[in-house]
Amino acid sequence: MAKRAAPEVNAGSMADIAFLLLIFFLVTTTIEKDKGLLRSLPPIDDSVVEPPIIKQKNLFTVQIGRDGRLLVEDEIMEMKDLRQAAIDFLDNGGGTNAAGESCTYCKGERLSDSSDHPDKAIISMKHDRETPYEQYMDVQNELVAAYNILREREAERLYRKYYPNADKVFTAMLEEKEKNQFNKDEVLNERIDAVKKLIPMKLSEAEPDKN
Amino acid sequence: MSKFRNKDKGELPAISTASLPDIVFMLLFFFMVATVMRDSSLMIENNLPSADQVEKLKKDRTVFIYGGKPSEQYKQFGTEPRIQFNDAFIGVSDVGPSVRQAIYELNEDLQSKVVIGLKVDKETNAGLVSDIKQELRKENALKVMYIANTKTED
Repeated sequence: MAKRAAPEVNAGSMADIAFLLLIFFLVTTTIEKDKGLLRSLPPIDDSVVEPPIIKQKNLFTVQIGRDGRLLVEDEIMEMKDLRQAAIDFLDNGGGTNAAGESCTYCKGERLSDSSDHPDKAIISMKHDRETPYEQYMDVQNELVAAYNILREREAERLYRKYYPNADKVFTAMLEEKEKNQFNKDEVLNERIDAVKKLIPMKLSEAEPDKN
Repeated sequence: MSKFRNKDKGELPAISTASLPDIVFMLLFFFMVATVMRDSSLMIENNLPSADQVEKLKKDRTVFIYGGKPSEQYKQFGTEPRIQFNDAFIGVSDVGPSVRQAIYELNEDLQSKVVIGLKVDKETNAGLVSDIKQELRKENALKVMYIANTKTED
């Protein structure tokens, strides 16, 4: 028998097959974009240390009832007013912090019956077991927003010169940190920590009553 | 002269499509790599609440816990909000062991940075969430992200 050359396989339909697979993966792909509010829970502490006494004026209480209504500092408040109320409280600067320094950067009204210093100001939220999760998230969002607005303001004051074109300075700083997560930028980290230190996030959550 | 006569006809040669499969395969591989097949189907209603102060979630170090009312096909589980982990309903007391297991399966250097993603339906009551948080505190998984839709500021 004469040696026959193997006939060439027709590859013309290869593209069709590949297209078919491509379209399948195109359709099934969901580029996920999960976002949310990042919070830290307090660790469980079994020690019986006496909790430090917090002055009433340094405590900003937010209670969410089972019908979703707000009770802020024992007064009824609308959701839309919560953000400003929290900012006013944090930014009051009526006294001194633990080290005896008064808040030089606070722009609040320095009332004697509101918080002494952002260092000392604590927001405490409490909710009922029946509170809708949506309301709970709205409150969280407003309170985080209050902190973010103040941090944004301090970042603007201190570091605007490094980010002349940024829309929001603190956001720009965090984005830069995110972008360079593999090569640590000490200066940037220091700046972010400085802003966080000026406006520390002291947001505590009480456990709902068992009933 | 006859050597060059063919050129005078002026017909365009057909464009070779031989490289088309290569191009398509390249795209195909991209999408194959980028695709995440969902490993669990949701058995609950999951309309997330919205928020505007959101941060991005790092997926490689996240353990998801879902919460909400059982959806239409799973009505036999009642109408009270339930907790779903991977593809099963679990009780509050199982949250701890499940999360510990999931953390254990993560990449070793990410285990200490684990974030618990809470995807909870907005109709759920917040008591369920605080039960979950209590269990997470016992497991010392303290970083929690309340996953939300981005609210457009208006």
